[in-house]
Amino acid sequence: MSNLFDLLVAGLATGAIYALVAVGFTLLWQTSQTINFAQGEFVMLPAFLMLAAMHAGAPFWLAIILGILLSMILLGLGFKLLLVDPMMRHGVLPLAIATMALAIGLKEAVKQFFSAEASPFPSIVPTGDISILGHAVSLQSIGVLVVAIVAVFGLTALLNRTSLGHQMQAAAQNPTVARIIGVPVERMILLTFLINAFLVALASLLITPIYLAKFSSGEVLGQAAFIAAIVGGFNQVRGAIAGGLLIGVLDNLAAAYISTQYRAAVPMIFLIAVILFRPQGLLGRAEERTV
Amino acid sequence: MKSTLLAGALLAFATATSVHAQAIKLANVAELSGGGATVGTNWKNGIDLAIEEINAKGGVLGRKLEVSHADSQSNPGVARAQVQKALDAEPYVLLGPGYSGSVKVTAPLAAEAGIAQIMGGEAAELTQAGNKFLFRTSFGQQSSMPKVAKYIHDEMKAKTVAVVWVNNDFGRGGRDVVVKELDRLGSKVVADLSTEAGQADFAADVGKIKAANPDAVFVYLNEEESARILKELKRQGVTAPLMGETTLIGQKVIELAGDAANGARGHVGLTTDAPVDLIKAFREKFSKKYNYVPDHNGLKGYLAVYMVKATTEKMGKVDPKKFAETLHGLTIKAADEPGILMDVTFSDTGDIDRQSFLVEVVEGKQVVKQVLPKVK
Repeated sequence: MSNLFDLLVAGLATGAIYALVAVGFTLLWQTSQTINFAQGEFVMLPAFLMLAAMHAGAPFWLAIILGILLSMILLGLGFKLLLVDPMMRHGVLPLAIATMALAIGLKEAVKQFFSAEASPFPSIVPTGDISILGHAVSLQSIGVLVVAIVAVFGLTALLNRTSLGHQMQAAAQNPTVARIIGVPVERMILLTFLINAFLVALASLLITPIYLAKFSSGEVLGQAAFIAAIVGGFNQVRGAIAGGLLIGVLDNLAAAYISTQYRAAVPMIFLIAVILFRPQGLLGRAEERTV
Repeated sequence: MKSTLLAGALLAFATATSVHAQAIKLANVAELSGGGATVGTNWKNGIDLAIEEINAKGGVLGRKLEVSHADSQSNPGVARAQVQKALDAEPYVLLGPGYSGSVKVTAPLAAEAGIAQIMGGEAAELTQAGNKFLFRTSFGQQSSMPKVAKYIHDEMKAKTVAVVWVNNDFGRGGRDVVVKELDRLGSKVVADLSTEAGQADFAADVGKIKAANPDAVFVYLNEEESARILKELKRQGVTAPLMGETTLIGQKVIELAGDAANGARGHVGLTTDAPVDLIKAFREKFSKKYNYVPDHNGLKGYLAVYMVKATTEKMGKVDPKKFAETLHGLTIKAADEPGILMDVTFSDTGDIDRQSFLVEVVEGKQVVKQVLPKVK
C-alpha cells in the first residue's frame, strides 16, 4: 500500500505536466480552432533556449526568465503571426498539417544547432525527500505538482473571475457577437497564444530535469498531452487538467500493477474506450453540428 | 607502331597510378540521431579521428582512407535501407551500426555482398548465427554477462537480485544470459522488469524494485534511460548496490545522472579510464579534437578503423573479399599497431578476446577497480 501512495504522488506529478501541456491544446482549439501538433516540441524548445542562455553565461534564474520571454515571443507571437494566421484561411486541416511540419522543423533545428545528444538540465526544486503521512515523498514531485497546480488554478481564476478572462471566453464562444459588444477579439486570441507559450515554457522548466534536454523529448510528451486533452474533453480546460492527471496516474499504476512491458498500451486502450463511449471526453461538452 | 606501344604503356601506367592513388572507401551507418545518438556520435567521432591519424601518416598501403557517414536514426528499418544504399557504392568494409537490433537486420545484407561488417552491437546472438562477415569491436553478452553475474554473486554477495532491462534485442540478449548465469550460481532473481527504449518515467519500475527489496540491482538499459533510472533510484532511496555493464557507467550517463551515478558499478570491455597508456593517449587526442571525453563507443569506432588498417596490412593488398577470411583468427598486438590500443584476438565467429575492466563511479568519475585478463 505504501507503494501505491508513492505511485500516486509520482503519477500526479507527471500528470500535472501533461495537464499543463494539454490545457494549451484546449485553449488554442477554443479560441482559434487550432490543433497544434507541435505542442510537444513547444515544451522541448524552451529548455534549449534556457540552456543556450546559460551557456552564454547567464545565471539560472536569468536563463529561466529569458527562456520564458523568448518562448512567448517565438511560440506565442511568432507562431500566431507567422503560421496560424496565414494558414487559417485555408482551413483547419492544412493548419494542422503545417503544425506537424513545424514539429519536424523545430526538432531538426535543435538537433542541428545544439546536439542530437541529451543534456542535463538543472532543477528549480531541490533534491531530497519530505515526510508526508509517514511516507518519504520527493521534493521534486511535490514541487512539480505544486507549480503546475498553481499555474492551472491561476489560469482558471483568470478565465472565470476577471474581466479579461470573460472577454477571452466571449471571444472563444462567439467571436462575432463578442466583436459587436466591443471585445477586442484579435487581442484576446493573441493572449491565448501567449498563455499557451508561457504554460509550455513552465512545463519545460519542470519536466526537463527529469526527462533530460533532448531534441526528441517532445514526442512522448506531446502524445501524452494530446491523449489527455481528448480523454478529458478537448473543449474544456478543466477536462484537460483532469485528463492529464488521470493519464499520469494511470500510466504509473498500469506499469506497477499490470505490466511494465505493456504500459504504453494502457493509455491508448483508455483513449479508445473514451472515444467509443464518450466521444466528447469525460468532462467535455458535446458540440452540435448542423448539416 | 612504336608510338602506339608508347601511348599504351603510358595509359597503363597512368591507370595503375590512378588506381594506386585511389582512396579506400569505408561506409559507416550509425545512430546519429534518435535514442542512440550518443552511441552513434561517439562511434562516428572515433572513426573520423582514426582516419585523420592514419591519413596523416600516409594512409594504408599508401592509399588514403575515406568514409561516408549515414544516419540510421536509431531505427532498424532505416538502418537496413542505409546499409543497402552504402553497399550499393561497394565500400571496402562496412562500419556500424551500434545497436544490436540494427546490426541484426543489416548483417545479412553485408554477408550477401561479401563485405566485412565491423560493428558495435553486443547482443549475444549476433555472432552465433554463422555469419562469416560480422566482427565485433567489443565483447558480446555471452562473454561479458557471465563475468557480471559472477561479480554480483561472488563480490556483492547478493542472494537476491532485481534485473531491469530494456525491451529490445540488446536488452533482452543481456537479460537472458545474466538471468541464466545468476540462476546457475544460486542468486535468485526477485524482480525481472522490462522497460521501453526512450522511457522517461521510471517511478513505477523503481517502486517495484523497492518492493522486491533485493540485495543488488542489475541495470541494463540504453545510456539516457540509464541516467533517468539512476536518478529515480536515488530519488526513491534505493540503497542496494547497482551493477551494470558499459551502458550504466559511461561518461555520458555520469554527466546526465550527476550525483545519482555515484556508487554504480559495471563491467566494461572498454573505458577511457583504463590504466592503459595507449588508451590514455587516445582519450587525450579525442578530448582535444571534440572537446569532450568519449565513452566506450568512441573507442569502438576508433578501433574499427585500426582493425581495417592492421588486417589490410597483414594481407598486403586491398581485397574486400579476403578481408573477413584474414581477420578471423587474427591477433593484433598493440606493440605492432598502437591504434588497436590493447592486444586483441578475433575468433572464427568474429568475437573478440582482450582485457576488460570492472569499474565503479566515484565522485562523478569512472574508477577502474579490477583488470580482468584476456581469456586466451
